[in-house]
Amino acid sequence: MRLYGVVAAGSFRRYATYRVATAAGVFTNTVFGFIMAYTYTALWDQRPQLGGYDVSQAVTYVWLGQALLMACAMMGGGFEDELVERIRSGDIAVDLSRPVDLQLWWLAGDMGRAFFHLLGRGVIPLGLGALAFDLALPGASLTWLAFLAAVTLGLLVSFALRFLVALLAFWLMDGAGVTQISWLAGLFFSGMLLPLNIFPGALGEVARALPWSALLQVPADVLLGKHTGWGLAGAYAFQAGWAVVLLGAGRVLQTMATRRVVVQGG
Amino acid sequence: MGAVGAVGTVGAVGAVGAVPGYDSDSASASAPAFGRGIRARGGAMANGLRAYGLIAAMWIRSTMTYRASFVMTALASFAVTAFDFIAILLMFSHVDALGGYTLGEIAFLYGAVSTSFGLTDLAMGSIDRLGRRVRDGTLDTLLVRPAPVLAQIAADRFALRRLGRITQGGLVLGYGLLTIEVDWSPLKVLTVPLMVLSGAVIFGAVFVAGAAFQFWAQDAAEVQNAFTYGGSTLLQYPPTVFARDLVRGVTFVVPLAFVSWLPALYVLGRPYPLDLPQWTAFTPPLVAAGCCWLAGLAWRAGLRSYRSTGS
Amino acid sequence: MDLIELDGVEKVFDVRRRAGLVRREKRRVRAVDGISFRVARGEMVGYIGPNGAGKSTTIKMLTGILTPSGGRLRVAGIDPARERTRLAQRIGVVFGQRTTLWWDLPLKDSYRLMHRMYRIPDARFRENLDRCVELLDLGELLDVPVRQLSLGQRMRGDIAAALLHDPEVLYLDEPTIGLDVVSKAKVRGFLRDLNAEQGTTVLLTTHDLQDIEQLCRRVMVIDHGRLMYDGALAGLHEVGESERTLVVDLARELPPVVTELARTVRVEGPRQWLAFPASQSAAPLVAAVADGYPVVDLSVREPDIEAVIAKMYAERAEP
Repeated sequence: MRLYGVVAAGSFRRYATYRVATAAGVFTNTVFGFIMAYTYTALWDQRPQLGGYDVSQAVTYVWLGQALLMACAMMGGGFEDELVERIRSGDIAVDLSRPVDLQLWWLAGDMGRAFFHLLGRGVIPLGLGALAFDLALPGASLTWLAFLAAVTLGLLVSFALRFLVALLAFWLMDGAGVTQISWLAGLFFSGMLLPLNIFPGALGEVARALPWSALLQVPADVLLGKHTGWGLAGAYAFQAGWAVVLLGAGRVLQTMATRRVVVQGG
Repeated sequence: MGAVGAVGTVGAVGAVGAVPGYDSDSASASAPAFGRGIRARGGAMANGLRAYGLIAAMWIRSTMTYRASFVMTALASFAVTAFDFIAILLMFSHVDALGGYTLGEIAFLYGAVSTSFGLTDLAMGSIDRLGRRVRDGTLDTLLVRPAPVLAQIAADRFALRRLGRITQGGLVLGYGLLTIEVDWSPLKVLTVPLMVLSGAVIFGAVFVAGAAFQFWAQDAAEVQNAFTYGGSTLLQYPPTVFARDLVRGVTFVVPLAFVSWLPALYVLGRPYPLDLPQWTAFTPPLVAAGCCWLAGLAWRAGLRSYRSTGS
Repeated sequence: MDLIELDGVEKVFDVRRRAGLVRREKRRVRAVDGISFRVARGEMVGYIGPNGAGKSTTIKMLTGILTPSGGRLRVAGIDPARERTRLAQRIGVVFGQRTTLWWDLPLKDSYRLMHRMYRIPDARFRENLDRCVELLDLGELLDVPVRQLSLGQRMRGDIAAALLHDPEVLYLDEPTIGLDVVSKAKVRGFLRDLNAEQGTTVLLTTHDLQDIEQLCRRVMVIDHGRLMYDGALAGLHEVGESERTLVVDLARELPPVVTELARTVRVEGPRQWLAFPASQSAAPLVAAVADGYPVVDLSVREPDIEAVIAKMYAERAEP
C-alpha cells in the first residue's frame, strides 16, 4: 500500500514541475469560464429556475466545471496516452512482470495527478470566478467536505472509464479513434457543455444515469445543496456503484489482456 | 495653422513624387534593389507554400497507414463540434431567443465562425506543437532544411480529419442562412464569404502569434487555446450576451470581433456593439492583413530569440 | 580552398536560474569563447570534447541554427546565420539522436520528400540514392516503415537522407551513438569512402574516440568553449604528454628491468610493461632491453587516446 502512496506522490510532483503549463492552463480555464458564465446568464435570464438552478447557481456550475475539467480529465490529458503507448510498444510486458498491480499502479498515479490538478488548475479559476461573479458557494464547511467526497468518487469513475478505454489498445492496432470518441462522450455526458438537468426528456434521463454524470453533475449538485440527507447517500451510492462496476470491468479486461500477453510471449 | 499644414502637405507630395529627374541616380539604383527585395520575399513565400504542400502530403500518407483510425478521428472531429451545436440546440429547447437572437441567427454566427476556425485548424492546427519541438530539440532538424520554418511547422501533423469541423461548420452555416430572414443585397451576399475567409486569416494570425509566444514559454501551448478555441466559442454567441468590457476587449485588443460579429451583424441588420459605425463591417480583410503583419513580426522576433539562445 | 572559416567566433548565453522563491539569477555563459579554425575542402575532421564543452553550439552556428554573438563565420562563402535556407542546400546534417525520417512511412518516402524539398534533379537523385543504398546496405529497408527499423538501420537511413542533395559538407553529431559494433563499422566504412571518393568534407562530433581514430586525420578538442588542440591525431599524444608502453616477454621471471629510457610500471611473471614518452622512438629502448635481458618477444602499445584526452581536461580544470 505504501508503494502506491509513493507512486501517487511522485505523480503529483511530476505535474507540479510544469509551472508555466499550469499557469497557461489556469488562464485558459478562466477565459472559458467567463465565456460560458455569460452565455448561461443569458439563458437563465430568460428562464429563471431552469433545471432547478437560479442564475448564480448556474454560473457556479460553470466555474465548478472549469475547476474539475482537468482533475477529472474530461477532455483527456491523464495517464491514458502513456498507457496506450506502453501497450503499443510492448513495454507493458515489463510492467506486467513486476510484482505490482497494473490497475492500482496507474490508479495511484492518476490520483496524484488529479489531486495536483484540483489544486493547481481548480482552485484559482474558481476563486477568480467567485471574484467576478456572484457565486452560490456554501458557507458550511460540511457541504464542502461532502463535495470533496463526491469529487473523489468522481475521480475514481473517471479513472475507471479511461483505464477501460486504454486497455482496448491490446486489441485495437490503433486506438486513437476510440480514445477520441470516448472523451467526446465524456465531454458531452459529464455535463461540461450544459448541465445534465436541463437535457430534455429521455436524453436527460439517460444522460443522468450514465457514469459520466458522476464526474461533474453529481459533485456540483452536492456543492449546490441539491443532495442532502438520504439524497446525498443516494448520490454517493450512484457514484460508488459505477466506480465498482467500471473498476471491476477494468480488472476483467486486465486479466484477459495479461493472458494475451503471456500467450504471445510479450 | 491651416496654411502651415497645407504647405507641409504640398511639400511632402513634391518631395516624394513630383520631381522627375531629381536624384535620379539613386532612384534608379534603389529601384531594382527594392524589386529584388519584393521578389526575394515572393520567392520565399512560394518556396514556403511548396514546402508546406510537400510536408502536408507526407502527413496525409502517414495517417492513411492507419485507415480505420482516420475514419474514427474524422467522425470524432465532426462530432465534437456537433456536440457543441447540440448544446446550443438544447438551450433553445428551453428558450426562443438568447441575448435577443433567434436560433437561426445564432446558427448563422456559429456556422460562420466554425467554418473560419475549421479552415485555420485544417491549415495549421498543430502549430502549437512548436513548444514541444523546442523542448525536445527537433525544431533544429527543421532549421537545417531549405524551407521557411513557419511553413514547415504549420504543416506539422497536417490532418485531413479536421475537414470534419469545416463540414459541421458549413452545415450549420447553411442552416443559418436558410432560416434567417434577411433582405439580401449583393453587398450582403458578398459579405458572407469575405467574412469566412478573413476570419480564417485572423485566426491564422492568432495561431502564429501563439506559436511565436512559445519560443519564450515552451509550456504555454494552452494560452493559445484560450484565444483560438475560446475565441471561436465566444463568437458563436451574439455580443449582446457578453459584458461590454469583454466585447471591447475582443474588438480592440484581440480583434476577434472582426472575425464574424461585425460583418454578421451587418448581414442580420442588427445594431452594432459599442456603437461602432456600420462601415466596420467591411474592415475584416484589412484587419486580417494587419494581424498577419503583427503575427509575422512576432514570429520573426520569436525565431530570432530562439536562434540567439538555442532554447 | 577553405570551406569552413571561423575567426574568433563566440556564443554567449544568458542563463536564468531560479534562486530562492522569486529571485532569479542571471548568469553569462560563454558556450563558445573565441574559436578560430579552418577546414579545407575534402578534409575529415573530428570535433571532440566533454558534454557542455561547446561542440553542439559550434555545429549549430555552422548550420545557421544559432546566431553567433561575435566573430566571423563562413561556410562555403555563406554567412550561415544570415542565409540559413540558402546554406541548407549545400550542407548535410545528421543529428545522431533526432531522426529526420518519417516515422510511419517507408524509408523511400522520406527520400522522395528530400528529392522534392531540395529540388534535386531526377537523374542526380537516382544516382545518389542508388549509391547510398548500395554502400549503406539499404536495399531491403526502403519499403520498411521507419518505426520498424533498428537504431543502426535508422542511422544509416538518416545519413543517406543527408547526402541525397550532394552537400559539400556533412555535419555528423554523434553518428555512432547507441549503435552495435557491426553498425558502427558499416557507418565508419561508408564515411571513409564518401570522403575519399566524393571528396565530401566531413565534420563529426563524437564521444566514441574510435570514430576519430578510424576516420579522422585531424582532430579538434574543445573544452569550456575554447579550442585546446587542433592538429593530427598523433600529435595529441605529445600535447597530452602521454606514454607508450613496451611489453616485454622475458625468458624467465626476473626483477624489474632497469633503464633510463623507460620505467617499469608492471611485472607479471616473465612479462613486464615499460612506459616511455610517446614522442620518443621505441628503437633505442628496444635495443637497450634486448641488449641486457633475455627477450623472447616484445610489442609496443600505443597510448589510450581516451586517457590522453582525460588528462588534457584534468590539466585544464586545475590551471
